Amino acid sequence: MTTATAVSIHSLWTTLADSTPGAATTSTAFQTPKVEYAQLSPILIVFGAAILGVLAEAFLPRRSRYTAQLAISVIGLAAAFAAVVALAADGYASTKSHIAAMGAVAVDGPALFLQGTILLVALVAAFTFAERRLDPAAHGNRVDSFAAQGSAVPGSEQEKAAVKAGFTTTEIFPLLLFAVGGMLVFPAANDLLTLFVSLEVFSLPLYLLCALSRRHRLMSQESAVKYFLLGAFSSAILLFGVALLYGYAGTVSYGGIADVVGGTAKLTPALANSTATDALLLIGGAMVVIGLLFKVAAVPFHMWTPDVYQGAPTPVTGFMAAATKVAAFGALLRLLYVVLPGLRWDWRPVMWAVAILTMVIGAIIAVTQTDVKRLLAYSSIAHAGFILAGVVAVSPDGVSSVLFYLGAYSFVTLGAFAVVTLVRDAGGEATHLSRWAGLGRRSPLVAAVFAVYLLAFAGIPLTSGFAGKFAVFKAAAEGGALPLVIIGVISSAIAAFFYIRVIVLMFFSEPQPGAPSVAIPSLLTSSAIAVGVAVTLVLGVAPQYFLDLAGKASVFVR
Amino acid sequence: MSSFPLLTLTAALPAVGAIATAAVPAARRTTAKWLALAFSLATLVLAGIIATRFTPGGARYQLTESHAWIADFGVRYELGVDGIAVVLIGLTAVLVPFVMLAGWHDADVLEAHRPNRNWRPTQGFFALILLVEAMVVIAFESTDVFLFYIFFEAMLIPMYFLIGGFGDRAGAHGEDEQSKQWREAPPMRAVVGDGRAKQRSYAAVKFLLYNLLGGLIMLAAVIGLYVVTANQLGHGTFSLPQILQARAVGRMHISAVAERWIFLGFFFAFAVKAPLWPLHTWLPNAMGEATAPVAVLITAVVDKVGTFAMLRYCLQLFPNASNWAAPVILVLSLISIVYGALLAIGQRDIKRLVAYTSISHFGFIILGIFAMTSQGQSGAALYMVNHGVSTAAWLLVAGFLISRRGSRLITDFGGVQKVAPLLAGTFLVGSLAILSLPGLGPFVSEFLVLVGTFSRYPVLGVIATFAIVLAALYVLILYQRTMTGPVKAGIESMKDLRLRELVVVGPLIALLIFLGVYPKPITNYLNPAVKDTLSDVHKSDPAPQINAVAKETAK
Repeated sequence: MTTATAVSIHSLWTTLADSTPGAATTSTAFQTPKVEYAQLSPILIVFGAAILGVLAEAFLPRRSRYTAQLAISVIGLAAAFAAVVALAADGYASTKSHIAAMGAVAVDGPALFLQGTILLVALVAAFTFAERRLDPAAHGNRVDSFAAQGSAVPGSEQEKAAVKAGFTTTEIFPLLLFAVGGMLVFPAANDLLTLFVSLEVFSLPLYLLCALSRRHRLMSQESAVKYFLLGAFSSAILLFGVALLYGYAGTVSYGGIADVVGGTAKLTPALANSTATDALLLIGGAMVVIGLLFKVAAVPFHMWTPDVYQGAPTPVTGFMAAATKVAAFGALLRLLYVVLPGLRWDWRPVMWAVAILTMVIGAIIAVTQTDVKRLLAYSSIAHAGFILAGVVAVSPDGVSSVLFYLGAYSFVTLGAFAVVTLVRDAGGEATHLSRWAGLGRRSPLVAAVFAVYLLAFAGIPLTSGFAGKFAVFKAAAEGGALPLVIIGVISSAIAAFFYIRVIVLMFFSEPQPGAPSVAIPSLLTSSAIAVGVAVTLVLGVAPQYFLDLAGKASVFVR
Repeated sequence: MSSFPLLTLTAALPAVGAIATAAVPAARRTTAKWLALAFSLATLVLAGIIATRFTPGGARYQLTESHAWIADFGVRYELGVDGIAVVLIGLTAVLVPFVMLAGWHDADVLEAHRPNRNWRPTQGFFALILLVEAMVVIAFESTDVFLFYIFFEAMLIPMYFLIGGFGDRAGAHGEDEQSKQWREAPPMRAVVGDGRAKQRSYAAVKFLLYNLLGGLIMLAAVIGLYVVTANQLGHGTFSLPQILQARAVGRMHISAVAERWIFLGFFFAFAVKAPLWPLHTWLPNAMGEATAPVAVLITAVVDKVGTFAMLRYCLQLFPNASNWAAPVILVLSLISIVYGALLAIGQRDIKRLVAYTSISHFGFIILGIFAMTSQGQSGAALYMVNHGVSTAAWLLVAGFLISRRGSRLITDFGGVQKVAPLLAGTFLVGSLAILSLPGLGPFVSEFLVLVGTFSRYPVLGVIATFAIVLAALYVLILYQRTMTGPVKAGIESMKDLRLRELVVVGPLIALLIFLGVYPKPITNYLNPAVKDTLSDVHKSDPAPQINAVAKETAK
C-alpha cells in the first residue's frame, strides 16, 4: 500500500512524514494473522498432547492415568517426530525453508534438526520417566522416581498417607510435554518475544519437575528453588536485553534487528537517533546472550548446574541435561548467526573467553567431585565449552559441527543418567562415587555400559564423543581458533582423568561390604540405555550419514 | 589395488576372535584359551601370506585398500603396507601366540575370589590381548593419518584394562617405591583395597593419562594437518599417499612454522608411546605392575607403533621439520640410552629393570631413525624386530621365574641355576641377546645403528657405544645375583621349565639365533622402504672419505 496514511507496523517511531511513497509499508487495516499450521505441526502436536494429558489427569480415574499418560506422551512425541521428518523430507530444511507464523517461528534446517533431536531425546526420556521397577514397591504399589504427591510436605502425615494409598505423580507427563513444546519453539524462535515466551514455557515445567523427587525430597525441592530463582533472574536479564535491543532497532524480529545492525535497514530519523550510539545494542545483545549462556551452563553462569543436577530426580536430570542444552544452543546459534553476525568482531572475543573458561573450569572442578551426578554436571559444563568452540567458528561447518555434537552428546548424557538410576541401595540411588567401587565385578554389563558412556564423554575414538569433538575442533581450527583447539585438547586430557577414575573405581577396586545393588530395570529403562549405547557406537564408527544430515541442515533462514 | 581385502582380514580376524573369546560361557575357560590361541595362530598365517604377497622393492605401498569413510572429515579407510609394516605385522603376529601361552594361567579364576557366576576374567584377558593385536595390526596397516590416529588412541583402552585388571599372581611383591606417591583422591580413600591393587591401578592410570595426553596433543596436530591440506588442496585429506603425491608435484607446500608445530604434535605422541626420555616414566610402572606377558605386549608390540609412526608419519609428512628437530631428538635419544641403562643397573625389581633396558633400547631405535642414514634406519627398523623378540624371550622367562618365587625383588633370588638349569640357561640366552652378543639378533641391528650414526655424527656414535658396556653390566649383574651363588631360601624347590614354557621359550631363542646369523630375509623387506623414506627427507648417506685411503696407497 502506498497511500499517504500508510504506517509501518513494525516500528513505533515511523511517522507520517517518514513514509515516502513507494516504501513497502503495510496497511493499517487489521489483517488476520496467517499461520502455516502444517509447518508448525511438530510444535502443535506436542502442545496438543500436553493439553490432552492435562485433561486425562483431570478426568481419568487414578488407576488408568499412568497407562494413558504414557501412551499420550509416546504417541504425541512420535507423531511430532514424524511431522519433523515429513517437513524435512518436504524440503523445508533446505530449499523451502522460510519464516512462518508472521515472522515468529523459523522453519529451516537447524530448527528442524534440533527439533528432531529434542523429540527423540524426549521420547527416550519419557521411557525413563515411566520406569516403575527400580524403586521397591511401596505398600504393594509399583512406584516411579517421583513424589507420591507433590503438594504433600516432606515427612508429613499427608505424605505418608499418599505413599500408603499408592499415589503417583502422573502429572509429570504433561509437564514433560509442555517443556518439550517450549524447547521446540526455542531454537526456532525468530523474534525476541517468542524467544522469551518459549524460554519461560520450557523452564517453568522443568522447575516443577526438579522438585518432584520421591527420595531426598528436601534436596530436590531445594534444587528446584535454586533453579527457579537463578532461572528467573536470568530470564529477567534476557528480557531486559530484549527491551534494550528493541530500543536500539525498533523491532524485535531477528531479521529486522540484523538489518539495522548491518546497516541495510531504511534509516528513519528515529532509527538514526536510536542507533547513534552502540551502547543499547552492545548491552542488550550481551544481556540476551547471558540469558542463553545461563541455560547452556557456560562459565561463569554455571553455578546452578551441579546443585540442580544433583537434587533433581535422575530421569529429569538426564532429560534436562540433554534437551535443555540442545534447545539453548540452538537459540544461541540463531541469535549469534542471524541477529548479530554484524557484531561478530565484538562477540567473538567474548565467546572465546567464555569457551575457554567453560572448558577449563568445567574440567578442573569435575576432578574434585565425589558424587556421580555432580561429576556429570561438571562434565556437562566442560562439554558446553567444547560446543562453544564450534559456535565461535562462525561458518556453516561450525553450525553443522555443533548440531552433530548436540545430537551425539544428548544421547550419551541421557544414557549415562539412566545408568545412574540403576545403582541403588536402601536410601535410593547410590550416587556417591565411593559406593560405585567394584561395580564392574558384580555387574559387568552395567559397568561396561557406563564405561562406554564415560569413554564417549572423554572423546575416545570409535565413540560418538570423538566424532563430535573432532567436528567442533576442526571447525574451530578452520575458523582460525587454533589456540582454542589446543586449550580444548588439554582440557579434554584433564577431563579424561576423572572419567577414567570412575572406570578404575568400577573395575579395579574391591567391592565394599554392603555395596549398592544394581536394580533390574524394566524394558523402558533398558531400551533407553540400549538406544544410548547404539547411538554412541554408530555415531562413533559410521558418522558420515549424520554429518551429512547436520551439514545439510546448517543454513539459517533469515 | 588387490581385489581381496587381505589387510582388512588380518586386522579383523583377531577382532572377531576377541568377540568370540569374550562370548565363551564363564565355565568354559579352557575353551576360551584355545579359541584365542587358534585365532592368534590364524592371524599369524595371514601375516605370513601378507609377507609372501608383498614384493620387496616393488611399489611403495602394496596390497592397498581404499574406501570412503567419513567424507566430511576427509577421512578414508586406506590400508597399505611397506616393507617395515610387513615385518612389524609379522612380529606382532609371532609374539601374540607366545604371549598367550606364557600367560596361560595368568587370568585363571581363584574360586575364593568369585563375586558372581558371570565374572569371567579369563575370557576377558584373552579377548583383550586379541583386541590389542587387532588394533596394533590396523595401526601398522593404515595409510590414512586419521585412521591410524583412531586406533593409536583406541588401543589404549584394552591395554589399560590389561594392565589394571590383571596383576601378578601369588601376591608377588615388587618395589614399593610408588606407594608414597599414590595419594588418593578423597572419594577413593573409602575404598582402599590392598596396596598392590592400588599400585596396579596407579600404573594403569598413569599409562593411560600419559598416552592420552600425547594422543590429544596429536589430535590438535591432526586437525592442523587437515586445515593445511584443506587450504592447499581445496579438500582436507589425511591420506598419506595423496599428501606425498601432492607434495611431490608441488601442489602442496606447508609453511616452515606450521610444519614444525604439526611435527611436534605428532612427535610428542610418538615419543610418549615409544617412550623417549623424559616422557618415559609411565613405562616402568606399567611394566612393573602388569603380568610378564602383558609387559611383553606393551614393550615388544604396542610401543613399536610409536617408533614405527616416527618413521612413517614424522619423516614422510614433515621432512623439513624432521631435519630441523633431528639434533634435539638425537640428544634426547642418547640420554634415553644412557639414562635407561644406568637406571637399569640400579633396579632391585626384575621387571622394572627390564623396563629400563627397554627405554635404553628405544633410545637406540630413535637414534637410528633420526641419524638419517640408510644403515641407521635399517638398523632401527631391524632393531624393532630384534628388541621385540629378545625382550619377549628374556621377560617371559623372567616372568616364569617371578611367578615361581612370588616375588619380583632381585634379592629374593639366588642360585637358581643349581635348581632349575633349563630356566637359568634360557634366561642366560635371553640376557645375552639383550646385551647384543654377536651371533644373536640384536647385535646386528645395534651394530647397524651405531655405524649409521657414526658415519654422520661420530661423537654421538661413540657415546652410544658406551651403552653396550652398561648393558653388559646390568644384564650380567642381574644374572649373577639371581642365578648364581648359594641357593636362597624359598628357591630350593623351584621347578624347572614345564613343557608349555619350553614351547614359549624355545622358538623365540631359535628366532634370535636365526636373526643373528642370517638377518637377510628381514632386511630384504626393510631396505627398500628405508630408501624411500630417506629420499623423502632428502638425505643420502654421507660420502665415505676416501682421501685418507688414497694417501695411504700413494705412499
